[in-house]
Amino acid sequence: MKASAALKKEADTGDCWKDFRPGDWVTSINVRDFIVRNVTPYTGNEDFLAEASQRTKAVWAKLQPYFADERKKGVLAVDAKTPSTMLAHPAGYIDRANEIIVGLQTDQPFKRAIFPFGGLRMVEAGLKAAGFEPDPSVHEAFTKYRKSHNDGVFDAYTPEIMNCRRSGIITGLPDAYGRGRIIGDYRRVALYGTDRLLEAKRAERGQLDDMWPTDEIIRQREELAEQMRALEDLASMAKLYGCDISKPATNANEAFQWTYFAYLGAIKEANGAAMSIGRISSFLDIYIERDLKDGVLDEAGAQELWDQLVQKLRIVRFLRTPEYDALFSGDPYWATECVGGMDLDGRALVTKSSYRMLHTLYNLGPAPEPNITILWSKHMPEAFKRYCAKVSRDTSSLQYENDDLMRPFWGDDYGIACCVSAMRLGKQMQFFGARVNLAKALLYAINGGRDEISGEQVAPQTLPVTGDFLDFDDVMAKFDVTMEWLARTYVHAMNCIHYMHDKYFYERLEMALHDRDILRTMAFGIAGLSVVADSLSAIKYGKVRVARDPSGLIVDYQNEGNKATPQFGNNDDRVDQIASSIVTSFMEKIRKHPTYRNATHTQSVLTITSNVVYGKATGNTPDGRRKGEPFGPGANPMHGRDSHGWLASCLSVAKLPYRDAQDGISYTVSVAPQKAHLSGGQLIDEAVKAFDVYFERGGFHMNLNVIDRDTLEDAIKNPDKYPQLTIRVSGYAVNFIRLTPEQQRDVISRTFHGQI
Amino acid sequence: MSTVQALEPGSRHDLRVGISPDAPDEDKIKDAEGAFGYCHSYETSSRYDGPGLRVVLFVSGCLLRCTYCHNPDTWHLKDGTYVSCDHVLRRLGDFAPALLSLGGGLTISGGEPMVQLAFTRRIFAGAKDMGLHTAIETSGFLGDRVDSSYLSAIDLVLLDIKSSDPETYRRVTGRDLAPTLRFAERLASLAKPVWVRFTLVPGETDDPSNVDGIARFVAPMKNVEWVEVQPFHQMGSFKWKAMGLEYRHLDTPPPSRDLVNRVIGQFRSAGCQAR
Repeated sequence: MKASAALKKEADTGDCWKDFRPGDWVTSINVRDFIVRNVTPYTGNEDFLAEASQRTKAVWAKLQPYFADERKKGVLAVDAKTPSTMLAHPAGYIDRANEIIVGLQTDQPFKRAIFPFGGLRMVEAGLKAAGFEPDPSVHEAFTKYRKSHNDGVFDAYTPEIMNCRRSGIITGLPDAYGRGRIIGDYRRVALYGTDRLLEAKRAERGQLDDMWPTDEIIRQREELAEQMRALEDLASMAKLYGCDISKPATNANEAFQWTYFAYLGAIKEANGAAMSIGRISSFLDIYIERDLKDGVLDEAGAQELWDQLVQKLRIVRFLRTPEYDALFSGDPYWATECVGGMDLDGRALVTKSSYRMLHTLYNLGPAPEPNITILWSKHMPEAFKRYCAKVSRDTSSLQYENDDLMRPFWGDDYGIACCVSAMRLGKQMQFFGARVNLAKALLYAINGGRDEISGEQVAPQTLPVTGDFLDFDDVMAKFDVTMEWLARTYVHAMNCIHYMHDKYFYERLEMALHDRDILRTMAFGIAGLSVVADSLSAIKYGKVRVARDPSGLIVDYQNEGNKATPQFGNNDDRVDQIASSIVTSFMEKIRKHPTYRNATHTQSVLTITSNVVYGKATGNTPDGRRKGEPFGPGANPMHGRDSHGWLASCLSVAKLPYRDAQDGISYTVSVAPQKAHLSGGQLIDEAVKAFDVYFERGGFHMNLNVIDRDTLEDAIKNPDKYPQLTIRVSGYAVNFIRLTPEQQRDVISRTFHGQI
Repeated sequence: MSTVQALEPGSRHDLRVGISPDAPDEDKIKDAEGAFGYCHSYETSSRYDGPGLRVVLFVSGCLLRCTYCHNPDTWHLKDGTYVSCDHVLRRLGDFAPALLSLGGGLTISGGEPMVQLAFTRRIFAGAKDMGLHTAIETSGFLGDRVDSSYLSAIDLVLLDIKSSDPETYRRVTGRDLAPTLRFAERLASLAKPVWVRFTLVPGETDDPSNVDGIARFVAPMKNVEWVEVQPFHQMGSFKWKAMGLEYRHLDTPPPSRDLVNRVIGQFRSAGCQAR
């Protein structure tokens, strides 16, 4: 965004940029250019890493009682009176003497804030569920004087959308809470300081003065004004902690602090489902390298910065409702940080700080947050690949995404929002849209639009299946019509949501850390893909008889033909192609409908933990799945059906087309630890090769758990023994013991592939 | 034979998972020798049955009746599914590129692969055409049946030697030991790479002299790359139950870590590379 952010002259930066190689980044806001000109790639191994410092350990020790209490009691404290903003709370500390990076969401650790701008109902339901009283003055303000995002959306929804929400065919829409999935380019604050960013925003605003005030131009002017106020507030927030962030950071400690302040501002202003931090490790490494060269920092000090930043990222908390927790369990907030990948010149963006970030999992123990995401490229240094595999084996805390697949789409400075949503940092955002239940849609198609559980007419009335057996062509034709309707209704709902979100709950700080002119995507999603594929396969290759209830509703299925029909997850093209074609077909239907702000349509195959909830709300399906049984998470095959080992399972998932699922395709694998006679080194070699093969074949994402079933079963019985047991579920990691019992059972019942 | 119950269709042990109902009724087709055979199941991600990642094809038919067998559902030839060699190779071809990248290959196990000599010969030849590493897991009981061209398509033999004592061998397997030892010696003379596998069953094969006998026999053979001690496990017992067979080892525990170490130690002190 050179044009909009261009500056007439070089700002007076004093010594802040000393020894940095100049480039376009000096005259425009361009962090990517700064990184590629100054990064120091590292090809060695992990031997240089340092232990946690005394100060780090002291801070960590202070936090342990909070973690323990929270496990027992849930939400520890809430400030129910003060709607959260950057300046709503005074400075807060954990252990002031030992914290080298400061800043809390409220004035105390683990005290949660409220975000009524998203919706008062969510706030009050969250408070009640946590055992706190809603505040009458907040209630009055947001019922009498101020409208919320949630109120706005329900003013614009249609009865049809309300029906879809109620029946569970569309679930998890961000119509009552922050949409999230926006990543401010928090690095900009460290590199430029807020004065310079304000100057760039003023320039962007000035360019609009001569433009005719259409809706979009007026909206942009107002947004830019909001963004500028947000940057000013951010600087004031930093002042509460005694820091002047109006100028660029002058050393590594300041660079960490400035970047964290920017992120902290974002999580004080918005309670998005996913509040990712972006791709900071190789950026901050440049500051560390400079300080190391100047002799003002040593390795222990460098690791201390990472450890203490990560401590902060592990104690982010939002107040949620029980319904929300059922969809996204374990209190996640997806402070996703991307590590690794390649730049467009073919150099690996692997630095010593890539290692340091991973090393926090040893210094502080395994944990779900920050959601560390390895951008895997087969070209990355072997030593780093091996280190990643080792960390996975030891902690099960990493996820992997295919940089070689994404780089052609998004360049070399993208981050991952939430689990699998790639976006160019500071240049792209998404309108998050949860997901639809495609398995339910298939049942609607069979039943002429009636819900298979309630019997209600939810989709428009069409001709239901009339015979005793399902015919593949007939079902496909009906399913196509249902998907058309669903896609239309879904885009309709999303347009309403994001119009109102921009209007009532605009993320002014996160957007201030973007260019003015950005790419907006509208991210749709599907759940139940493997159920649909296996069902259609059963209809095509078997002979499925239907059973009706007295009202004529088809409620059960019996395969009377070849029962062993092909199932997704076995590298069998006959069914894998059905799965791929469903992804493409639904995407094409989505693309037919114009979006709010001309956003580009994308789609994910991702469920987070909602596969359990979706399964609960879905009747018997033609593949033999029983009513209430959970779906496979994300793009995973159904539990136990990928019966020929992980290789076959991986190869099936790798076939799903990324071009029609650019918001990501999530796949989770659990493998048991190695048999005794394989040495650790051999195992890691194998794992590295396996990643290379999976990603080379077009695999997009892998959550890898290295853990055995016995450990998980023991953890259910004795949760206190496993306070930090971390496992990866669809797209993120959770503390296993914080899952609901249902979800714990779901995780255990998922295919465990015995070996890797 | 009549005691064998059909496997639940679609189970992980059932190769029919991969067969289209549209496929012709292959029973009726007569083709060249070995164009069809009986397969029990396959697994795509074994790490233990040869180097690298293995696709393991389990064929049916075995002449031994090991008391601790964990695949009794592969004893009878017709316990398996009748499939064409082409079908098997097509399926294998789906995995071949990945196997090549992973430094793996195909292992045929069973059952006893040498029961279906012509069928497995064709599969091995097809796998070699794909450039894959090939391995066979065998008791060696039918070793006299295979000619050198059969062995030339096999890169590694996983040879199960259950005992060094003819009496014990007969008690455990119901058959003679001699053919297995003959086959082992022949492989040694051909310098064919071999991993010897010994299943350690407490109270059945764990006698120190039994172990020493195998160790002494194997130690001089330079072609034996590994002796693998495989601890007995109960994962096959459900099959005995499902098939209505009497299972002698219902109460046999897996060997203790100490016992396993003792046996590995015995092999090592005889000069074997053991694990």
